[in-house]
Amino acid sequence: MRRRTRDAEPDPYSFGARPYDLVKEFTIAMVVVLALTFALAAVFSSPDDKPLTIAAWAKADPGDFTTTALAELDGSSLTAGYGPPYNAAANGQKLGPLSLAKAAGVTHPIDTAQAFVLGPLGSAPQSAQVAAALSTYDSASADQQGKWTSVYSDALTKANGDPTKVAAGDYGPVPILLGQLLVQAQAGSLDGVLLSEGGFYQSDYTLPLLFLADGSDLAAKASADHLTGTQWGMMNETGNFPGQAWLWLYTFWYQISPYDHSANADALVMGTMALLVLLFVFVPFIPGLRSIPRLLPVYRLIWRRHYRERRES
Amino acid sequence: MIGMLPMVLGTPVDLNSPGHYVHWGVIQISVANLVVVGVMLLVFILALVLPFPRGRDRK
Amino acid sequence: MSGQSTTNPTTAPAPAPVATGGWTGAVRRRAVRALPPDKLLPDTQPAYMASWIYVFGVLTLAAFVVVLASGTVLALRGPAWWHISSLGHYINSLHLWSVELFMAFMVIHLWGKFFMAAWRGRRALTWITGAVAFLGSVGTAFTGYLAQQNFDSQWIATQAKDGLNAVGIGAYFNVMDFGQMLMWHIVLLPALVGILVVWHLLLVRHRGVVPPIARRERSAEPAPTAEAIPEPVLSTVPDADQAPRS
Repeated sequence: MRRRTRDAEPDPYSFGARPYDLVKEFTIAMVVVLALTFALAAVFSSPDDKPLTIAAWAKADPGDFTTTALAELDGSSLTAGYGPPYNAAANGQKLGPLSLAKAAGVTHPIDTAQAFVLGPLGSAPQSAQVAAALSTYDSASADQQGKWTSVYSDALTKANGDPTKVAAGDYGPVPILLGQLLVQAQAGSLDGVLLSEGGFYQSDYTLPLLFLADGSDLAAKASADHLTGTQWGMMNETGNFPGQAWLWLYTFWYQISPYDHSANADALVMGTMALLVLLFVFVPFIPGLRSIPRLLPVYRLIWRRHYRERRES
Repeated sequence: MIGMLPMVLGTPVDLNSPGHYVHWGVIQISVANLVVVGVMLLVFILALVLPFPRGRDRK
Repeated sequence: MSGQSTTNPTTAPAPAPVATGGWTGAVRRRAVRALPPDKLLPDTQPAYMASWIYVFGVLTLAAFVVVLASGTVLALRGPAWWHISSLGHYINSLHLWSVELFMAFMVIHLWGKFFMAAWRGRRALTWITGAVAFLGSVGTAFTGYLAQQNFDSQWIATQAKDGLNAVGIGAYFNVMDFGQMLMWHIVLLPALVGILVVWHLLLVRHRGVVPPIARRERSAEPAPTAEAIPEPVLSTVPDADQAPRS
């Protein structure tokens, strides 16, 4: 058969054998690993930083919350402009000529104004004032809604994001809506409402997570913990715990040109890693790469006794 | 049970304090990760150089 | 003997093994041919295995068992248990540190196998199953971090989504969907890694542990699994490395 002629290795037992107890070896390995694991866990434990809730965010930083809620309402938030899989506001990233994100489509559609602001307001019992504000907003034209949110956005920026310091102006029902949303958020109801928008039973935290990520507090906490991209954060863990150190090569690309300033950075890094993964998996078939071991003296160290005994015999 | 120890003793080494990081040019690595990788390299080198006990019987 | 013979008794030569037992018999014969019992569980090993580098495969396997066991205990009480129970937190710590050991031993094993060019002698599939198992393990760890339900998970989810969305994977693999991620972490990926590990181990038993790189090259024929680069002669002793092939 054709394969036999390519079989260039001698039989493993042609160099002699020794008795060896595989089951005993495995048992010893189990004891060693168990001992190490029990000891490491007892000495170092594991990290468990509490999750950021929308309630905590709204209480600690009502300005950032309000700014973010406004951005969801007027479609200027990160999520609102993201593109696939959440909406068609953008085309998604490209890997060379390939628009893979766009091809995959909008599979998790999110209308940010409805999902994050109007829906939660509409699903809660409201005072006459808030109910009227909701009705006014809903029945206004898109143009009118845009005018209100734009003017309020400028005013909020001028007030350094503090809704209590916004100057008087014609913002329509927007301040009332956002003010009520803040109250609901601080009371803790938004965390639950955003999760259960899909139904009673839910396991998909997309909405509350995207809302948090659209604000700045999640990222600020991450930065303090050295978890952001430019901090090689992918490899890190909160506190002084080791993280996913094996992600070093994946995060490395983000630190250098052209990835560090490309609008398609994520796609480019994925493409690069896909290529490297193929090289890694198929090493045996790649000329040059597969010859590296025999160019380095490591194997001589590993089999030094074998080579010495061959020489002496 | 060994599992009860932490409840009795608490954690001897608390790694929950703010992390320490090493910077070298564009490279940033946590001390924790550096220790892990350093220990791995050390173990690898030791595995290569430490003499392996001779087997008793040779066939 | 059971089974029916369809050969003509008067013209049949000296007894040849009769293909009995249908599909089951065929599978059994193939399995036994590939891995006879003393190949599956030998009590000897080649004499050239005289280095501590050889223990990292079994250490990786042992760590994998501890990862599975600690994960099983966590599964008994559900994904929120470790936040509210100190025993649960300790089991979670066991799971974390056994994973650290698993990844560390696996990578050291990988380094050793690379420097040994362990894919030689029709062992490419052994390398490939190991490499894919490594990648599967990285994915399992990643989904595990997502399943923690703490600040770390929140951050990892909202960051990782961008990479996956950029290439369309995010449309079907939603890292912010805890339920989906948990199921990938405790069902799909461990099954994949488990299957690859078993396959990898059976391949090692089937092909045997790769012999040392021959110090002087006989064959100059390039081939996918053969060494093609001739080495300088290192001694004047006649080359006894190439033993007769069985």
